[in-house]
Amino acid sequence: MELFRLKKPLSLMSQSKRFGILSVVVVILSLGLIFTKGFNYGIDFAGGTLVQVKYEGKAPIEKVRKAISVDKNYEGASVTYFGSDDEVVIRTKMSSKALGEDISDKMTQLLKDTGKFEVRRVDMVGAKVGSELREKGIMSMFLAILGILIYVSFRFEWRFAVASVMALVHDVTIAMGAVVLFGIEVNLDTLAALLTILGYSLNDTIIVFDRIREGIRTIKKPELASIIDESVTQTLSRTTLTSLTTFFVVLTLFLFGGEIIRGFSFTLLVGVVVGTYSSIFVASPILMWLGFDVSSFREKEAEKLKREKEKEKMRQMYEGGTL
Amino acid sequence: MKTLNFRVILFIFALIFGVVFSIPSLMQSESGKKITLGLDLQGGLHMLLGIKSDVAIASRTKSIAGTVKYVFDDEEIIFDDLRMVDGDKVTFELLDSDDVTKATALLKKEIPGIVINQNGMKFTVQMTSKEMARTKQNAIKQAVDTIRNRLNEFGLAEPTVAKQGEDKILVEVPGIKTQADEQRIRELIARAAHLQLMAVDEDRAARVSTMSAAEAKSYGDVILKDVNTNEKYLLRQIPVLDGSMLTDAKVGFDKSNMPVINFSLNGQGAKIFGDFTAKAVGKRMAVVLDNKVYSAPVIRERIGGGHVQISGNFKLEEAHDIAIALRSGALLAPVFVMEKRSVGPSLGADSIKASSIALALGFILVIAFMVIYYSMAGVIANVALIGNLFLILAIMSLFGATLTLPGMAGIVLTVGMAVDANVIINERIRELLHEGKSIAKSIEDGYDNAFTAILDANVTTLIAAVVLYAYGTGAIKGFALTMSIGILASMLTAIVGTHGIYQWLLPKMRKEKLNLWFGIKTEGAK
Repeated sequence: MELFRLKKPLSLMSQSKRFGILSVVVVILSLGLIFTKGFNYGIDFAGGTLVQVKYEGKAPIEKVRKAISVDKNYEGASVTYFGSDDEVVIRTKMSSKALGEDISDKMTQLLKDTGKFEVRRVDMVGAKVGSELREKGIMSMFLAILGILIYVSFRFEWRFAVASVMALVHDVTIAMGAVVLFGIEVNLDTLAALLTILGYSLNDTIIVFDRIREGIRTIKKPELASIIDESVTQTLSRTTLTSLTTFFVVLTLFLFGGEIIRGFSFTLLVGVVVGTYSSIFVASPILMWLGFDVSSFREKEAEKLKREKEKEKMRQMYEGGTL
Repeated sequence: MKTLNFRVILFIFALIFGVVFSIPSLMQSESGKKITLGLDLQGGLHMLLGIKSDVAIASRTKSIAGTVKYVFDDEEIIFDDLRMVDGDKVTFELLDSDDVTKATALLKKEIPGIVINQNGMKFTVQMTSKEMARTKQNAIKQAVDTIRNRLNEFGLAEPTVAKQGEDKILVEVPGIKTQADEQRIRELIARAAHLQLMAVDEDRAARVSTMSAAEAKSYGDVILKDVNTNEKYLLRQIPVLDGSMLTDAKVGFDKSNMPVINFSLNGQGAKIFGDFTAKAVGKRMAVVLDNKVYSAPVIRERIGGGHVQISGNFKLEEAHDIAIALRSGALLAPVFVMEKRSVGPSLGADSIKASSIALALGFILVIAFMVIYYSMAGVIANVALIGNLFLILAIMSLFGATLTLPGMAGIVLTVGMAVDANVIINERIRELLHEGKSIAKSIEDGYDNAFTAILDANVTTLIAAVVLYAYGTGAIKGFALTMSIGILASMLTAIVGTHGIYQWLLPKMRKEKLNLWFGIKTEGAK
């Protein structure tokens, strides 16, 4: 079976302005969301307590709220359904006091008249731990990007590295925007998802870039735009296929993986879509705008090849005893 | 048919390795190394403890003060006004100027790592900053060991106790079933188990009910309450001796069959205790555990042999836990909970079920898709994929790695990404076939062309995974680990393995059957 086999290259680069505008708008919207509405930090980063309670039958959410509000320490606690309607999650901001006392005992006591239930999960994170984790999270993003920059510069050329990192920032920003928009709680899992997007989107971009690099050598055309068009078209079926398989897998994770990893799988779902889009429509135009020069790249490549050949020749001469 | 090539042989070895070493994990059999399930999957308690290291400094200072007193008493050096200042200094005044040289020399000899400042006859003794740092480090190390001993003695399955970062301790206890158990464990961990034998200040004891803490302090005393009756005691701040000289603690029963704790002192402790009781006959001595007075009997005679008993209306379980805590040693500095997560066993089971279903579904979907799209080439890719899955399980089992919920997600994701390599390769082969190249040439060039792309893509993903592992905690580490292992394993199975299979099957491949082998029809085929 073959999905598509394009005889003629798509003319993507002539449309690059449109995609550029689209991307810039979405990125700005995402940044706007991030800075106005802000992240809904889970207790991993904000500190606080989380108690997950499963009832036999439907959870009496109003009763739970009332029962909890009796205790002053739990004022302003949020009570929400979790996944199904027989489970609730109770979140509170205060933490330093709660760390000392036994919160699961306390909950059992407060909720004892609300029905038959089981305390399934209790998380408490001190504010200090939370801020440390946040710092570590930012640091890990930064380090990952730095590592990638260095590696890609080394393997390709600095413009490729900058373009791929810009595409990365584009993807992660949009994924973050989606996280804010849909009110997904930012916890360690969400951070893991964002870092995975980093890896995944880059994976996609690198494969396209690899084709472009190859295209520069093999496609005898002077302008970069048409080389990019041809290369992206050649790798289009691969990009779509792997994105589809990954998308399906993440989708099953999202649909059947349970509530606990829903934030994680949702973030990934967005990331896979955006990552695929950016590796086709965003990364390559950036390469063009950065003023990547085909002929000088070819010259450099030829120079490299020449040097290698010379080295080889010297080695042969040396081995042959003529030197 | 061509004989087996080295790639296939390598792949078959990897496959056998993968299957053999993942069997113990899949069957959950007793023998062999298994993947441990993370706390989020099997339920359990996770705690991050902070440590109050300034308390370790204070108590070390206190013990320095105790040594000063003991050494001076022993050498009959007369001194006055021995007290602790600011939690990290000991001050005293010598009464006889002839003793100054002797006292200084004695202190230097008996107590290592101190600075002695002299102002007239007034002396200040303080730890060197190096000694302080060492004491803090010691406190953490000792806390890790102590907590580990306590949990081991409690008889729990495989608790983990590890130092994390500079000054934190990570405790993970899997498989806790009830809340009561959880509470007992928490108390056992947090109990300082700081045992002190302290003399009652008999001269001023009568005034204790009206005395303020500040006033008590000015006499070098401290007011502590009885654990049961809340009765106040006025005690000399510097203890006669403390738990560091304890060698054993056991639960016993007194005459009325109430649980008591019997403990033994080491040689030095026994001597100090014997000397003290000989001098203090008729006076009271308090047994103090974690700043609460458990009993304060009147000393009737010199007690030699170093055997002491604590009674205090214990429940048997409580006495048992205190004995464990005493035996495994005091915490030099108290710990406090910075982060606590507990997962009930039923939630863990649900999580396993949910993610297993997701894993199976995702896997079936990908496998079916590959066969439909690529025909035999898809089957070959699927063999590699299955091999990859076994390899991940085997490597994780061998390392005794922990499988967490995000870890399972990592495997699901790896499945999605591992086919990527084969998709790239297959697409390249198809391209070359469309160009009319021979099958053998298409396969060889396809692998050649695809290799750098796959390598660069995988290395960059690996960079992200390694950073994730280095900076992540707990569950995230699990995710990064499975992803890294998955990427490395997929390089072996998807690039080397499938290449070998193609080479091995090559003689069977005919141009007329391109549709069967690669799922395409080409105009060039004849």
